[in-house]
Amino acid sequence: MSIATPPVAPATTTQQLLHFDDVAMTFPNGTTALSGVNLTVNRGEFVTVVGPSGCGKSTLLRIASGLTPATEGVTEVDTTRIGYVFQDATLLPWRDVQSNVELLAELNGKPKKERAATAKEAIDLVGLTGFEKHLPKTLSGGMKMRTSLARSLTLDPELFLFDEPFGALDEITRERLNDELIKLFTEQQFAGLFITHSVSEAVYLSTKVVVMSGRPGKIVDTFPVEFPFPRDPEIRFTAEFAELCGKVSHALREGHH
Amino acid sequence: MTTTPPAPPKNRTMMRPATITRSRTKTPTWVPPVLVALGIIAIWYFVSYVVLDASRRFLLPPPHEVFTQAFFDPTVFGDIMVALGRTAIVALVGLAIAIVLGVGWAVAMSQARWIERSTFPYAVILQCIPILALVPLIGFWFGFDYPARIIVCVMIALFPMVSNTLFGLQSVDKGQRELFQLQKAGRWTVLSKLEFPAALPAIFAGMRISAGLAVVGAIVGDYFFRRGEPGLGSLISNYQSRVQSAELFAAIITASLFGVLIFVIFGWLGKRVVGKWYDFSAS
Repeated sequence: MSIATPPVAPATTTQQLLHFDDVAMTFPNGTTALSGVNLTVNRGEFVTVVGPSGCGKSTLLRIASGLTPATEGVTEVDTTRIGYVFQDATLLPWRDVQSNVELLAELNGKPKKERAATAKEAIDLVGLTGFEKHLPKTLSGGMKMRTSLARSLTLDPELFLFDEPFGALDEITRERLNDELIKLFTEQQFAGLFITHSVSEAVYLSTKVVVMSGRPGKIVDTFPVEFPFPRDPEIRFTAEFAELCGKVSHALREGHH
Repeated sequence: MTTTPPAPPKNRTMMRPATITRSRTKTPTWVPPVLVALGIIAIWYFVSYVVLDASRRFLLPPPHEVFTQAFFDPTVFGDIMVALGRTAIVALVGLAIAIVLGVGWAVAMSQARWIERSTFPYAVILQCIPILALVPLIGFWFGFDYPARIIVCVMIALFPMVSNTLFGLQSVDKGQRELFQLQKAGRWTVLSKLEFPAALPAIFAGMRISAGLAVVGAIVGDYFFRRGEPGLGSLISNYQSRVQSAELFAAIITASLFGVLIFVIFGWLGKRVVGKWYDFSAS
């Protein structure tokens, strides 16, 4: 949340937060999920990875977060504040929204007062104020995902990893959450690495779209996205947006054997 | 279970379907089982008075005689209540030990793979042994009073606690585990903040089964030993050998009601503790 206020243009000071250098992943059963991946994510960048199912996109996040070590290559992570949003909301059903959002701070041994305050702020950021006492089973899919997002936000992440977080949501909820995510990104300027199936979601959210091929996952193309932040939802209906989506889709199809 | 009441219809024309569903759900849930009970009593009377002739009626005395000759007879009723008290103590102490032992064992197995590998087969074997065959042996070793009865009770009630708790601890969602792993949470934290709460519904389901079994165990041990202070088991055995059929039925009904009561209590307790976030009817 602490955005340094540099005297010159902020975009020129690049701070690398994640770097994959020739990273490969071969599972014990012999399947190669990733091969030769080179990718850097700097602060203020929102990189989206699109690719066919099973191309190892999620493995990339697991390597970045340290859940699974890569079998080859070097992975540099230059921060300890890593947010990870899973495909499912992974809320603890016996805890209410407030207590779910407090969980990570609690696991990190933060005092009660501090974590209550951080949680309140995060709940506010995702627009769930008033739902603190609700149990997950009473929430809609979108609200569960918001809670999950708020939980990660309490870590004040410098590197934010998203593993197809909105894949299971309906179109309208997904679009709304995309806008909120863009708002968070514009305000907090973390480094984002976002996995998705959806080409339009990828183009809409990110500063850079990375296209991966089918197994073994390789980066086949990279497209910078120049639309300014915060993004106007209307850009989705422009010709430039459609053209870029077309290019990404083409690259996807070519990489898919 | 948790059906929300239908929203009041906004306009009159919408009334019809709403009232139809309402009248269908209007029959209180207790009515059908009560009807079945009345049916059973009717059949009971029929068998007592029509199928059996008077000389063989002792095989199934009519329902009201169970009351006039047993429940309303102060001596018989007193005997049954004292016996019930003793059986209840054995069942509850046995159940408590089974719960503590079962949960403890399961937690140990969930924490160390080698404990699971080396001891879980014996939990299964314990389940497969016909405990009735062991009862005389337990009597030899531990005498025929409370300790032996409690041991029989624990042996019968233990397995559902072990298997349910273990299943609950191990079926924690992978994503939730990784959430804890990412924060580098220790074993104890994962157990106390994730695995154990997640296992609570399974633990309560196990408790309900074990509670019923504990009652069976308390009666079986006593029935076979027939020594020391008589519980319901000895009493049933006595009534049986003296062909006091009304008293026998009264004792059996009491034992059954006690079993149902303890089952209901644990069901209620489970709902009370985890019902807020866990839907038992779904499993």
